[in-house]
Amino acid sequence: MYKILKKEMLSDNIVLMDVLAPRVAGSCLPGQFVIVKCDEKGERIPLTICDYDREKGTITIVFQTIGASTKLFATYEEGDSFMDFVGPLGRASELCSLSDEELKKKKIIFMAGGVGTAPVYPQAKYLHERGVECDVIIGARNASLIILAEQMKKVANVYITTDDGTLGRHGNVNDCLKYLISEEGKTYDLAVAIGPLIMMKFAALLTKELNIPTVVSMNPIMVDGTGMCGACRIMVGGEVKFACVDGPEFDGHLVDFDGAMMRQRLYKTEEGRAVLREKEGSTHHGGCGNCGE
Amino acid sequence: MIVEDKLKRVPVREQEPAVRAKNFDEVCLGYNLEEAMAEATRCLKCKNPQCQTGCPVGIDIPGFVKEVEAGNIKGAYDVISRYSALPAICGRVCPQETQCEAKCIRGIKGDAVSIGKLERFTADWARENGVKPQGATEKKGQKVAVIGSGPSGLTCAGELAKMGYDVTIFEALHEAGGVLVYGIPEFRLPKDTVVKAEIENVKSLGVKIETNVITGKSVTIDELMKNEGYDAVFIGSGAGLPKFMGIPGEQANGVFSANEFLTRNNLMKAFRDDYDTPIFKGKKVAVVGGGNVAMDAARTALRLGAETYIVYRRSEAELPARAEEVHHAKEEGIIFKLLCNPTEILTDENGWVCGIKCVEMELGEPDASGRRRPVVKAGSDFTIDVDTVIMALGTSPNPLITSTTEGLESNSHKCIVADEKTGQTSREGVFAGGDAVTGAATVILAMQAGKQSAAAIDEYLKTKRA
Repeated sequence: MYKILKKEMLSDNIVLMDVLAPRVAGSCLPGQFVIVKCDEKGERIPLTICDYDREKGTITIVFQTIGASTKLFATYEEGDSFMDFVGPLGRASELCSLSDEELKKKKIIFMAGGVGTAPVYPQAKYLHERGVECDVIIGARNASLIILAEQMKKVANVYITTDDGTLGRHGNVNDCLKYLISEEGKTYDLAVAIGPLIMMKFAALLTKELNIPTVVSMNPIMVDGTGMCGACRIMVGGEVKFACVDGPEFDGHLVDFDGAMMRQRLYKTEEGRAVLREKEGSTHHGGCGNCGE
Repeated sequence: MIVEDKLKRVPVREQEPAVRAKNFDEVCLGYNLEEAMAEATRCLKCKNPQCQTGCPVGIDIPGFVKEVEAGNIKGAYDVISRYSALPAICGRVCPQETQCEAKCIRGIKGDAVSIGKLERFTADWARENGVKPQGATEKKGQKVAVIGSGPSGLTCAGELAKMGYDVTIFEALHEAGGVLVYGIPEFRLPKDTVVKAEIENVKSLGVKIETNVITGKSVTIDELMKNEGYDAVFIGSGAGLPKFMGIPGEQANGVFSANEFLTRNNLMKAFRDDYDTPIFKGKKVAVVGGGNVAMDAARTALRLGAETYIVYRRSEAELPARAEEVHHAKEEGIIFKLLCNPTEILTDENGWVCGIKCVEMELGEPDASGRRRPVVKAGSDFTIDVDTVIMALGTSPNPLITSTTEGLESNSHKCIVADEKTGQTSREGVFAGGDAVTGAATVILAMQAGKQSAAAIDEYLKTKRA
């Protein structure tokens, strides 16, 4: 069992938890993820590692309550335990394989969209600990969905932007990147974009135009997360890749985002059914015209 | 019960095809005591028993069959458990028809003795009557780590524990059992009654199992040996990444690997409404491949309510699946499209599968495997309307361990290089066996490798003690 030591609501539907998992905390690196299963009958859900404390043996996870399972996770309180918590999964960020000297030469821009801010944080912190400065754009639809801004400011130069202008600049992460380059005279030789698929797709299109090599982090449907089931396959540069063992980070200019978005829809209706079952006790209420009810 | 015709085996009771096609309960119901004792009388008690040479783990088959005949089932269990830690599993999933039963002298003129069904009966009887395998009396004081809790890992761990070693199994998934749990379906191998009970038996020998540990990620083999004090390691990490055909449309929604389809259903129990994991059931399903995994996937899809096809590019004679599985699949109503190879998966405007395009094949000259090579019949294109395609084409090894263990050699297929008889790898104190070494094979071959490695590890640790 894996005990929840801390729980904090970052917004109405974004939850942060510190979970005691010494083996994971002892070996994880930025860019990797975990799989959580709350009880015997639960689903295995891949979640981002937002931070880790090797001494205390804890992993910080951040998740948005979208499906039935993440909603169930959110009902767990401090002192409760998840039944299963496995990791670290996936490959560490490529930044971790570079020497401090190499890192210091790089001008890196992170583009974080919504809950995608969580996996950006350990990377920015990793760089900060090595004396490497980086810029982070945090974008979201509105002010209430901007998360981890204060923590991020301690480790990076932060630019906040919201679609409706309720916090920071008005516009999306792409608008902000364009502004930083044209108005503040910034130059970058690496972009890391993490967020919803649609945001990563357009970020990669822009950075391609700007000629900035770009890394994105994919979060497709998974079952085992260890390279056995193949559910997480995506096309990268015309080849089949498994996000759990080959990724989750890939070259953003080679990922087939349209294909990935299509595959993301696979269990949408199934999830919808699960929500109905949870809320209303049944998935079918008649009135569809087919069943005669 | 008296066997009148000694050439014929006592038939085993099964669920009716029409009934079992709609449930996940076990197909074969097994012998009862009377039937088992009657079947055991058919054994010729050969002086030089060939059956035993056909068993990868060398079970004293005449020895246990004799006890069954006498009605001493506990005695029969004690004989078997000296050789095998997982008899209730082997009695169900071993390909006996090509192993022990293929060598049975009774089988020359008539039916071979139903050795598998007798083994199954003995193990089931022991479980139902609370008989456990005998543990070690003396501790050796050395620690062995076993990576993976599938058939090779469980066997290796059980053998070593019986010798008195302190054994811990590290399992990546949340539940122990490996392919016995995620791969082989409930209707062939019941999880709660059979698999869990045999794993409990292994634990009763003193084996510890730590789940949710991905060796190569959560901890490396070097860390286990250096920091956690393990004197030897056995790697039984199993098969790996599923293969796909590389044909157009394979990324469509509704295309699954057999591993994914079976894992959702077996490990995550998606067929039960009270479990959270979803599964896309499909109304018409094509399973591509002809092995045991293909049969398992097809029979699972059928039970979830689909009209199901097996699409296989060679003929019936070349089907790699066990004859019994093919027979059961046909009885249940699986439609076999043999000499038929997919060329494209057709998709609708939303990216969902709506059909599978195939060509007919004919058999040409034998290829490197000795099987006749299928060649395309010109102009024979046709389409099967399906909404789901399941690829059961085998797997390629998982790189997690080889890529994180310094000096551990792998071959051009990325399988771990290990000695055939001992499992010794290129690293001192590190042994390996099962699918991680051979590529996808059977449960019993993995158990054989686990057993051989246990003996080799014992030899190795003896020299370390000296």
